[in-house]
Amino acid sequence: MAGKTITEQILSGKSGRNAKAGDVVVCTVDSAMGTDGSVPMALDYFQAMGGTRVSDPSRLVFALDHYAPPPTRATALLHQRMRDFARDQGVALWDTGEGIGHQLMVESGRAWPGALVVGADSHAVTYGALNCFATGIGSSDLAAIMKCGRIWLRVPESIRVELTGVLPNGVYAKDIALALARELGADGAAYQAIEFTGSGLDSLELEDRLVLSNLSVEMGAKNGVFPFDARTAGWLRGRTRNSYSPVSSGADARYARHVHIALDSLVPLVALPHRVDRVTTLEDAAATPVHMVYLGTCTGGRVRDFHQALAVLHAGGGPAPGVQLVVTPASRTELETLARDGSLAEFIAMGAVIGTPGCGSCCGTCGTIPGDGVNVISTANRNFKGRMGNSHAAIYLASPAACAAAAVRGAIADPREVTP
Amino acid sequence: MSPMAGRARVFGDDINTDYIVTSRRKRESLDPEYLRHYLFEEIDPAFAATVAPGDLLVAGANFGCGSAMEVAVTAVLGAGIHAVLARSFSRTYYRNAVNNGLLPVVCDTSAIAEGHRLRLDGALVYNETTGESLPGEPLPAIMLAIVSAGGLVPYFRTRTDFDSVS
Repeated sequence: MAGKTITEQILSGKSGRNAKAGDVVVCTVDSAMGTDGSVPMALDYFQAMGGTRVSDPSRLVFALDHYAPPPTRATALLHQRMRDFARDQGVALWDTGEGIGHQLMVESGRAWPGALVVGADSHAVTYGALNCFATGIGSSDLAAIMKCGRIWLRVPESIRVELTGVLPNGVYAKDIALALARELGADGAAYQAIEFTGSGLDSLELEDRLVLSNLSVEMGAKNGVFPFDARTAGWLRGRTRNSYSPVSSGADARYARHVHIALDSLVPLVALPHRVDRVTTLEDAAATPVHMVYLGTCTGGRVRDFHQALAVLHAGGGPAPGVQLVVTPASRTELETLARDGSLAEFIAMGAVIGTPGCGSCCGTCGTIPGDGVNVISTANRNFKGRMGNSHAAIYLASPAACAAAAVRGAIADPREVTP
Repeated sequence: MSPMAGRARVFGDDINTDYIVTSRRKRESLDPEYLRHYLFEEIDPAFAATVAPGDLLVAGANFGCGSAMEVAVTAVLGAGIHAVLARSFSRTYYRNAVNNGLLPVVCDTSAIAEGHRLRLDGALVYNETTGESLPGEPLPAIMLAIVSAGGLVPYFRTRTDFDSVS
């Protein structure tokens, strides 16, 4: 289809209209996810709308990830209510400990090329790495989908982000995302889609693309979508039972903006408190004291992230005295892999606290809360004041390797310079 | 939407949903009657005690960024605020506002100061304190239908599906 971005093509197909940027369309949703952070409200809305049966339960899944495990009676009751509803309606449910909904969506094949996938959580943009339109919605939207299977969407303009070259040693997907945040700003892609392209994609694993799609919402983007290639196909093999048709942008598609990032020119970066676009080099932030290191989340909680962190921790002889290391795998599958390959035992031997697979400390709803005056460096996507449950702590965001280097030194450091 | 008038309560750029109401509070209750007491507690601890029904929220760019949590809209409505004016919104906050009948108005808010008296008629904003008129962006038809109905719940009480978009 000539002249259309990936996003316009998918939304045209799902709305049955010739959708162009700026149009408002009503689309059929292929796959939807809600969490314990959003579903309880959605159930209230659904019942208030007069909803009785979910229109197509097979397209819906609930994840108990924000309160995993529930730290209070009130949150335990939310879980009970979700389990009861899911059982009565035939909706699939990922229970406490299975992991972060976003990770489970991409692990389980509930997001696939060409699909319109939504999650009632802002980081649902993550699935765009799989060549689908994926966006975050609210509880009321989820209730409407439960009622009629559809959603209203304004078709976004797209920003074309071209990546060329190969990442240097010590520089990771997280650094690309932080470089983009620095370039666009925290609202630089508001109401817009980001479409990644370029020869630089060849060297990016699917896990790297998930990081970039995940962080696109931190620039305000509605979705962050990748083209389809052999890596996408490889990831989906054995994961999804849905037949799919990859979508590529038309040769003369119109873009609101073009951004080019030469991967070879990137250096390790860090986002300073309390904004994701307050980005500087690790070198400039070096020697900032760090008291807590958080490895996990839907951005940086996969096996590959933990392996990258462990390599630096090994090279540096483990965490410095007094640094609290918290490890929270994104899913049980990831945790099992780490257990099988020995990584988990190594983290434990290093004194790490191992959290239940889920959102953990990232949004301060459960897990380890940092104390006053504590500097945290995290593999997460957000560093708003108070994000981890204490507005008197400061959060720095960086790659898993950079977080590990900070653990070794007890201060922000370049992972390439960390040795015993 | 019927016209409304009220006092401006002004915030800056990049006010994220956790600043509007923290996810920690959301853990305790989802009831707007409860959550309205904790509006903006991290960035403006005096706000909740001084907000009055009919007040209008005014913000800079990227209002409601971060988490898509809908309590950041329902808690505002719970305080009796029925419209938010901002230079721009995060898209999830914008959606959630429309879907709950909280009118989002995109306009140049730079000349509006705390306490100004504002009048709102559709997307047209009139600042009674300064005498200035500010044209806001009109809402597309389907969003106007939802916000005018009072949100998705009343919208769907009389429908089984969305109206088709012309």
